[in-house]
Order: sequence, then structure tokens, then C-alpha cells
Amino acid sequence: MRILVVGGGTGGTIVANNLARRLSSETRNRKVRITMLSASDKHMYQPGLLYVAFGQMTPDELYRDQKSLLESSIDFYVDPVEKFHLDKNNVVTKSGKTHEYDILVIATGSRIVPEQIPGLSEGAETFYTEASAVQLFKRLRNFEGGKIAVVVGVPHKCPIAPVELIFSMHDYFKSRGIRDKVEIKYHYPIGRIHTIENVAKWAKPEFDRMGIEYETLFNVKEVDIANNVVRSEEETESHYDLLIAIPPHCGMEVIEDNNLGVGGWIPTDRHKLTMNGFDNVYVVGDTTNLPVSKTGSAAHFEAEVISENIASIIKIGTPVRDYDGKVYCFIETGHDSATYAMFNYKNPPDLKPSSQPMHWFKMAYNKMYWTSVRGLL
Amino acid sequence: MSDCMIIDARDTYCPGPLMELITYMKQANVGDILELLSTDEGSGADVPEWVDKVGHEILSNEKIDGVWHIKIRKAK
Repeated sequence: MRILVVGGGTGGTIVANNLARRLSSETRNRKVRITMLSASDKHMYQPGLLYVAFGQMTPDELYRDQKSLLESSIDFYVDPVEKFHLDKNNVVTKSGKTHEYDILVIATGSRIVPEQIPGLSEGAETFYTEASAVQLFKRLRNFEGGKIAVVVGVPHKCPIAPVELIFSMHDYFKSRGIRDKVEIKYHYPIGRIHTIENVAKWAKPEFDRMGIEYETLFNVKEVDIANNVVRSEEETESHYDLLIAIPPHCGMEVIEDNNLGVGGWIPTDRHKLTMNGFDNVYVVGDTTNLPVSKTGSAAHFEAEVISENIASIIKIGTPVRDYDGKVYCFIETGHDSATYAMFNYKNPPDLKPSSQPMHWFKMAYNKMYWTSVRGLL
Repeated sequence: MSDCMIIDARDTYCPGPLMELITYMKQANVGDILELLSTDEGSGADVPEWVDKVGHEILSNEKIDGVWHIKIRKAK
């Protein structure tokens, strides 16, 4: 049995490690072979970018060697897939090598596409890459006062990030003693300040308390760099001195190039996590078109279901679990407090008041991630 | 894109039905028809509010067996 995992992010790594552990005797006996193909020999802890943007972490803290995170029984190659031949059960990599499989797991992730919005790449800061997070910190550090506009593209990874950015900025400028010189205006695509109704209800009085101005139903149409103006599809506009964007995201180009899904998102069964029409192809994390958050947390819980089901198919001939849409997201509510949102397909999140211990837990999790991605937590 | 694309956003809290609709609307061509399925009680009002503000067209909006079926034509 050949299991091929394409992509070495959170979802792919947890699937591979979890499988290697569940199928340890089968891999030792060479009845099962697990292979991972990735575009990089490094693994990034992406939630850490928010801390880089506020000078609380440095980029080197976000990386580990991918090989060091994987069980030794997993064959790992830095050789990204370029062709998916799902009808022939094989893929072809950049180096030209063909990998046959019996079970395929696609975990290629997502990417930012600020270029979809005219002026956004040139006119807005962001923190979704290492370089941009460092650049944003430098801009914030040199900011002495004026108007900051925050805009949010659709779809975007980590839906909690926009409100975390606001809370962090409030605390950052407060700690510098210039909060009264900084106007912060938050723009959000739908008719409330967060897509999760309970988060919106909880965050609104917090925004009011912090003096955050907000405009809802604002979908970014273009950035007029010459005049420092950002305009919306809804025909409104805001002026700024510093523009910060949560950029829109797409799936990876290889998914679109192989016609596996519009926008790079693969049509996926919301419970089985198999690609529609292919029972031996699983999809995990950002790569799915599921109506769940594009977060490491969703990828983690999906990965557990996928690996348990693949292992049980091999051991007893049938999957044993359905994915219930579970997501657990920490919400940093400043530099010393946090809360969390946990929900699934049937149950909305019930937010608790933010607290310092929850912030410490998040800070601990930033380190524990490396245990989690090894499939141990 | 097909003549009527179904967006199944039932039982979803994040990113939520309207955010899903906006995502697919960006991928659609002018003239395409999308039908959003939502179990979010607020969708019956929230979605038309956004559609009207942006300038697309609501073709139908009805609740059947607890599910909102909202049909929209992309107008620009």
C-alpha cells in the first residue's frame, strides 16, 4: 500500500506522522510505504507572523527543518508536484519523477494574492509572509501618529487575524504612549465586524472601548496610492496614512493548473474529507473548498480524521470517523490577554471573557506547536 | 462556470454564508447565477443587504425546511 502526501504544511505533516505511528508495524514489514513531497525543506509556524509584526518574535523562531519533524519511516523529498494524474493514480514532480500511489493526500495549502486588487500589493502592508511581517513592524515602529486603515480581502486565511491585529495595535501604540495620536479604522466585508456572530457581538463593545472606528460591508476594490485612499466595491472610500491589509487568498496554482478546483480549492466531502469523485484522494487544510476556517486548527482536526480513517481502511477495510467541522482558535485580545473560539458544523462558538492565563496558554502553544505537528499532541 | 452554481454554506459559522458567497462571486462572470444555501437565520436579510449595496441582483429568496435558498445574478 503506497500512501502519498503532497504538501508539508500543518495538515500534511500531521497526516503523515499520525499515519506513520498508527501503521508502524505495517511500515516496518514494508506492507505500507508513506511518502511526502513538499515544495520546501522548511516548515513555518505561520501564526507566529502576527508576533513578528509587533516585534515579539523574530522570523528564525518560526522555522524548523521539515525532515526533523517527520517520523523516520516517512520518505521525504523536496520535489513539488506539477502534474496530478488522478485517473492513473500517479503524480509527476518538478524533477520529472513519477510517484505511484494507492492513497493520495493533497495538502498543498493556500497563498496570498494581493495582486487581485489594484494597488494593494504596492500600497498596503501586511503580515502574511516573513518579509511583510518584518516590514510592517518597521512601519509601526516608525509611526508617530495619523490614520491607520485596516482592510480585509476575501477569502482569507485565519479569520480571527483581523481582530487580533486591531487588539495588538491598540496595545502596541498604548505601550508607546501615542495611542491618542493614532486613529484606527477597521473595514470588514460583511455587515458586522466579524463573520462569526458571537465574535462580532463580543468584539464590538471591545472596539468601542478602545476607540476603534469601523465600517462594515466594505470589500476592497482598489487602492489609490497617489492619494492614500482605499475604495470599496460598495462605492465608499477611506483615507489613510498607513494601510494594512489582510490579503485575499487563493489555493495553489498547481491545483488550478491541473483543473482540480476553481480558485485552487478542491471540491471535498465535508465529512469524509475525500475529493469529490475520488474515494482514494483525501484533501486537508486550506486546500479544501469546505465552508470552514482556513486555519492550522481546522487542518489539524481534519488531519486526525484522515489519518485515523486511512489507517482503519488498511487495518479493517473501512473508515471509522467523520469530520464534524471542528475548529479551535485562540484569539489574542492584546499583548497580555486572550480568549478562544471553538465550534463545529452544528455548534457555534460561545466566547468566554478574555484572560491572562489564556494568553499564557497561547504563548505556550506557540512552542508546543512543534510537538503538535509531529502528531504527538 | 455553470448557469446556476450552488454554494452549500449550510451549518457553517466561519467563514460563514455571506463570506462564502463573496468568495464565489469574485470567481464568477457577469451574468452568472449563484444559489446560496444557508441555515444562518440572518442570511435572509444579510445577503440581500450586501447584494443590493454592491449592485448585484436578487432573483429569489425563500426559506424551505429551515434552509435559505437565495438566488443571485452577478451584475458587474
